[in-house]
Amino acid sequence: MAEIAYWEAIRRAHDEEMANDRMVIAMGEDIGVAGGTYKATLGLYDKYGEDRVIDTPISENSYTGIGIGASMVGMRPIIEIMSINFALLALDTLVNAAAKIRYMSGGRAQCPIVMRTPGGTAHQLAAQHSARLARMFMSTSGLRVVTPRGPIDAYGMLKSAVRCNDPVIIIEHEQMYSLKEEVPDEEFFRPLEGAEIVREGSDITLVGYNFSVHLCLEAAKRLEADGIHAEVLDLRVLKPLDRELIRKSVEKTHRVLIAEEDEAPVGVGAEIMALINEDCFFALDAQPVRIHAADVPVPYNARLEKAAIPSADDVYQGALKVMGKI
Amino acid sequence: MNDADKKRLLKEMIFFRRFEDRTFEAYMERKIGGFLHLYSGQEAVATGVLEKAMLGKGTGNDYVITGYRDHVHALKAGAPAREVMAELYGKETGSSRGRGGSMHIFDPSVNFMGGYALVGQPFPLAAGLAMGCKHKGTKQIAICFLGDGANNQGTFHETMNMAKVWNLPVLFVCENNGYAIGTHIDRSTAVKDQYKRVCAYDMQASQHDGMDIEIVMEAAEKAIDFVRSGKGPYFIEFMTYRFRGHSMSDAKSYRTREEEIEWEKRDPIKIFSKRLIEQNLLTEDDIKAMKKEIDDEIENDIIKFAEESPEPKVEDLNKYVLDDHPDPRWIGPLQQ
Ligand SMILES: Cc1ncc(C[n+]2csc(CCOP(=O)(O)OP(=O)(O)O)c2C)c(N)n1
Ligand SMILES: [Mg+2]
Repeated sequence: MAEIAYWEAIRRAHDEEMANDRMVIAMGEDIGVAGGTYKATLGLYDKYGEDRVIDTPISENSYTGIGIGASMVGMRPIIEIMSINFALLALDTLVNAAAKIRYMSGGRAQCPIVMRTPGGTAHQLAAQHSARLARMFMSTSGLRVVTPRGPIDAYGMLKSAVRCNDPVIIIEHEQMYSLKEEVPDEEFFRPLEGAEIVREGSDITLVGYNFSVHLCLEAAKRLEADGIHAEVLDLRVLKPLDRELIRKSVEKTHRVLIAEEDEAPVGVGAEIMALINEDCFFALDAQPVRIHAADVPVPYNARLEKAAIPSADDVYQGALKVMGKI
Repeated sequence: MNDADKKRLLKEMIFFRRFEDRTFEAYMERKIGGFLHLYSGQEAVATGVLEKAMLGKGTGNDYVITGYRDHVHALKAGAPAREVMAELYGKETGSSRGRGGSMHIFDPSVNFMGGYALVGQPFPLAAGLAMGCKHKGTKQIAICFLGDGANNQGTFHETMNMAKVWNLPVLFVCENNGYAIGTHIDRSTAVKDQYKRVCAYDMQASQHDGMDIEIVMEAAEKAIDFVRSGKGPYFIEFMTYRFRGHSMSDAKSYRTREEEIEWEKRDPIKIFSKRLIEQNLLTEDDIKAMKKEIDDEIENDIIKFAEESPEPKVEDLNKYVLDDHPDPRWIGPLQQ
């Protein structure tokens, strides 16, 4: 067991999966000789060569399409998109092709690609480098969408994603690459379905995914000091959603808050709210609350940026509101 | 080419024409829905190019991929005609189990990797198929058929560049029929000769008559040999014409009857029939008999199969969205 960073966990998963199966390749901008913007493929170019750790030109839609084509004939490409903002350029091949090829071929063709990309705000990267976009992928039939919150899931879910026969989108986060966690030394896999209770509690459920899980955990600590026992539920997987675990937790706590770093309209929180209405409306003792980004392009100015993006304090205050304390 | 092959190829082209004609009728009878794009007039291109490829059942053959005008490419690649027609009828026995329709014929059992509606999307997919072949070290190549209009997509430039940089075994076949729906190429495209566009990527390319199957075959053989020998991608352009409208709802107001008549004189089936008659391989009567035999097969076997096949079951609506039998080790669910 060693404490490793999120980026090291991803690197280790790449390394093991590439060693295990020569059909596994990595593709992306600056991932080879340069080792990757977030070092996720550091050293792998030297180990596996330029045919398996492929530095691509800045052609997101087409290199994603090339990965998809290769996957249709048995390859297992792991495609890195430097920032989820740039994934918008690859939407045609991802959404119109990868997500639909199995269906429109009547199950006769498949494209087992993995696309990994950081989605989220960092520090003053401004409007064109701060998109989150999880909601866009989670609304597309034919994709799996996962959001590892730490090194264990980052490692174990990437390994599962490589072996899974469906297209999997892994949404990482700029601010999580250096986050550390104890990770077992022996090989393991983390499933691509199922949410997880990461902190048990009885008074309120704080639902998060990706970076917002950490905001929930921080808020839960402060709530504990106020005598409020918050349960924190990490969705882990945005598609398909684990509605069963959401229901169970809400039936236990009777109160719920959903924290997302994305904007609210037609978002993850809206979807969870809808599920709660459908599945456990009568279990609720208070109106649910969503904590989310302001509905604006992310500003450059640090003060404005802070105002636009939810913080742990926002989650804390929101929870107090659900609890009727403010 | 020996005499038997010549006769067979003529028969294939007539079959493809009659197949398309019959889908037109079925569309009018509302047996076929959605968009239907017919290939009539361009038969010599797919027939001639694929005649020179490695085709048939089995995994060792070349991969073929194209756009929405895909019936004939699928048929020539080896997809059973019954299944292609059943797909157009939306039946469970169709090539894509009734889930794809006219624009999305798939038959991976003969390495026909699909028809795609998004103009320009197959460029990168084809390069990916080729990357797979190269990685596995097989002698296979990928063959991508697309129209002239597709060359104005970004994927064209992105993919030509990567195919060349990575030396991928892919043949791009440009079927230049002069139009993208109703827009003439002169009004949309700065360069008239499409094959010249890939010189920007230092790619081998050439342009040929696409109405004469023997010219197509000769040119295709050279291009395929080039790609298969590992020398990299090749872009081949064929000048052709679609005789029917872009799809079913097309009054063809954008072109003149005179232009159509000029091209109809160069009908690939007429050119080849005439030649075989001149070479005393066939008579007018033989060709008539051939047509009759084809029409009977289409009516009594292919259409019958499509008509009598079952529809997909509504209970199966959610089948094929994701892997229906995933390995639980990777998928879960997570044990609490
Ligand atoms: C991305 C995209 N944009 C627009 C269309 C609509 N569309 C369908 S076919 C077509 C023209 C394509 O022309 P060409 O590539 O020359 O092929 P042809 O139909 O002549 O065989 C257009 C614009 C589409 N299907 N996909
Ligand atoms: Mg055209």
